[in-house]
Amino acid sequence: MDPAAAVVEPSAARSAALAVEMRKVNKWYGEFHVLRDIDLEVSKGERIVVCGPSGSGKSTMIRCINRLEEHQAGHIFVEGEELTSDLRQIEKIRSEVGMVFQSFNLFPHLTILDNLCLAPQWVRKMPRAEAEKVAMSYLERVKIPDQALKFPGQLSGGQQQRVAIARALCMNPRIMLFDEPTSALDPEMVKEVLDVMTGLAQQGMTMLVVTHEMGFARAVADRVIFMDRGEIVEQAAPEVFFNAPKSERTQAFLAQILNH
Amino acid sequence: MREGPAMTTDAPSLPAKRKSMSLIDHIYDPRSRGIILQVLLAVALIWFTAEIVNNAITNLKKQSIASGFDFLGRTSGFDISQSLISYSNTMTYARAFWVGLLNTLLVAGLGIVLATIIGFIVGIGRLSTNWIIAKLASVYVEVLRNIPPLLMLFAIYFAVLKSLPAPRDSIELPFYSYLNVRGLTVPMPTWLDGIGYVVAAFFIAIVAAVLIARWARIRQEATGERFPGVLVGIGLVVLAPLLTFLLAGRPVSFEYPTPGRFNLSGGVTMLPEFVALLTGLTLYTAAFIAEIVRSGILGVSKGQKEAAAALGLRPGQSMRLVVIPQALRIIIPPLTNQYLNLTKNSSLAVAIGYPDLVSVFAGTVLNQTNQAIEVILITMAVYLVVSLLTSFFMNWFNSRMALVER
Repeated sequence: MDPAAAVVEPSAARSAALAVEMRKVNKWYGEFHVLRDIDLEVSKGERIVVCGPSGSGKSTMIRCINRLEEHQAGHIFVEGEELTSDLRQIEKIRSEVGMVFQSFNLFPHLTILDNLCLAPQWVRKMPRAEAEKVAMSYLERVKIPDQALKFPGQLSGGQQQRVAIARALCMNPRIMLFDEPTSALDPEMVKEVLDVMTGLAQQGMTMLVVTHEMGFARAVADRVIFMDRGEIVEQAAPEVFFNAPKSERTQAFLAQILNH
Repeated sequence: MREGPAMTTDAPSLPAKRKSMSLIDHIYDPRSRGIILQVLLAVALIWFTAEIVNNAITNLKKQSIASGFDFLGRTSGFDISQSLISYSNTMTYARAFWVGLLNTLLVAGLGIVLATIIGFIVGIGRLSTNWIIAKLASVYVEVLRNIPPLLMLFAIYFAVLKSLPAPRDSIELPFYSYLNVRGLTVPMPTWLDGIGYVVAAFFIAIVAAVLIARWARIRQEATGERFPGVLVGIGLVVLAPLLTFLLAGRPVSFEYPTPGRFNLSGGVTMLPEFVALLTGLTLYTAAFIAEIVRSGILGVSKGQKEAAAALGLRPGQSMRLVVIPQALRIIIPPLTNQYLNLTKNSSLAVAIGYPDLVSVFAGTVLNQTNQAIEVILITMAVYLVVSLLTSFFMNWFNSRMALVER
C-alpha cells in the first residue's frame, strides 16, 4: 500500500451521506489501462445509471465496489469504510452490497427457495424458518412466490433475473449493483425486470446500474454517467444528459444507441 | 421421377400409390430399406454365431477335450500365495476361483478408494494458488498418466521391491515388523474375550456420530448457529473404541514374527506383488482422476463463484455449497470409467505374479484343465458383472446429483 493510504480519510460529515466514494481509482489488465483516475461520489439513496461502449470499463468499475475486481491504485470507500485487502472487511462489505449479474448466476443445483436462503443462513446465521419467511416476502415482491420450489433451469430468463434480484435483497443490502441486468433477456422479458428495479428505486435503495436501457435511465436515474476508454467522460441528471450532452464522445454514443 | 405425373394424379389415395411400388422403389423408400437391411443383418449374425459354435464343437471333439463345467469340482493341486479365505492344494478348482476373485476384488476395491482420495487431492492441488503445490501436482499428473501401467508395475516391483534384502537380512521396523524381499511381515493379532465391547463401541460411536451430524443440521436450521458436527463425530468414532479397548484391558494378543536362519516364521505377510500392484494401479489411475476432478471444478462457470462471493460467502463455503455439488455431476460419469479401468487393469497382476482372478483361474486353472472356452467365459462373465455393478451404483449416484431442468 502506498504511504498516502493512512492520510486519506473521508471527513465524517461527508462519509455519513455517501454510500460509495471512489478517489483516483486506477486498474490495469496487464498493459491495458481499464480504469483511469475514476472519481465518483454516490450519495445514500441515489440512483445512478452507467452507460458507455463495450470495453469502456463500466462493469469493471462497479465490480470494484464489492471487490470482485481489485483496484490497483486510488481509494474506494463503501459506507465510509475503505476497501482494503483485509478479508474480513471484504466479506462484511460484500454482505452489505447486493449484486445482480447479466447472466443471473443462480445456483442451478438448488431450488429457488434454497438459492434465496443460502446466504442468510450461512453468512447472517439466520434460522431456516426466518430465512424462508424473508425469502418468501421477497419472492412476493418480485411476483413469483409460486415458483419457490422449482429449480432455476425451469424458469424463464426474466423470472430467473427477478429471482436473482430477490436473492440479493434477502441479505438486506444497503447498496445494489446491477451489471447489465437485462442484456441477456429476450425483449418481452426486459420490462418485468425493469419494473422490479423501478419499484426498488421508489423505495429509496441506493443503486448503481450498468445498462443500455435509456428509457429506464430517463425514468429512474438521478444521474447518468457516461464512460469511455476507462474514464468518466460526462455525468449529469438524465434530462441534461440526454438533451444537452457536452462532449463529442457522449453525443456520438447517444446518436448510435438512440437512432435505430 | 419416373412416376412424377402418376403421383400427381393419385395424390389423394396413398394406398393405391403403395401398391404400384416396384422393388427399386422399395430400395429407395427409407422405411422398406430399413426393414430390408435389418433382416439381412440378422441373417448374417445368426449364420456367423452358428458357424463359430459349430466350429468350436467340431474342434473340441477332434482334440478330445472335455467340455462342461464338471472340472470345477475336481481337486486343484496347486498352491496360491495369497488367500483371503482358507485354501490348500487339496481343495477344488471352484475354491481356487473364489480365492482369485476375492484377490481381484481386494486390490480393485482398495485401489478405487485410494485412487479417489489421491486423485481429489492432486486435482484440487493443481488448481491451488500456491505455486509449488500446483507445479508438484502438474508434474505428478504429467509423469504418471504418460507411463504404460504395465511398465509402472515392473518399475515398482523389480526396481523397488525386488531390491529389498533377503529374509535373513530383513530390515527391522518398529512394532516387531520386518521388511524383506518376500514382503512386509507384521505381528498377527488374535482377539481375546472383551473385543466384542470394542467392536460394539465402534458401531455405537458411528450411530452417535450420524445422530450428532443430523442434530447439528437441525440446530443450524433452527438457530443459525453452526456446530462442528463432523469433527466431533470423527473424534467420537476414533476415541470411543480406543477408550473401550483400554478399559477392557487390551483384549488382544500378538503372534510375533521370529527371524529364523533363512526365513521369518509367524506373523502375517503382505506380499510385494500385492503392494506393487496396488501402488501401481492407484498412482496410475489417480493421475487420471486428478484431471477429471480439475476439469470438473473448472467446468463450473466463474459466475457461480462470483455470485457466491457477492453474497458474502467465504471461499471455503462457496467451494462446499456451490462449486463441488455442481462439479460432481461433471466428475461422476468419467470417474466411473476410471473405476472400471482400474478394475480391469488389475488383471496386469499376471505380469508380476499376484494371484488375481486372471492369473489363478484364466492362467493356472486353464493350463491344467485345458477347458479354455469355459474358463474364459466364466472369467469374462465375472468382469462383466463386476463392471456392470460398478456402473449401476455410479449411475444411481449420478442421478441423485443430476440437475433438474425443465
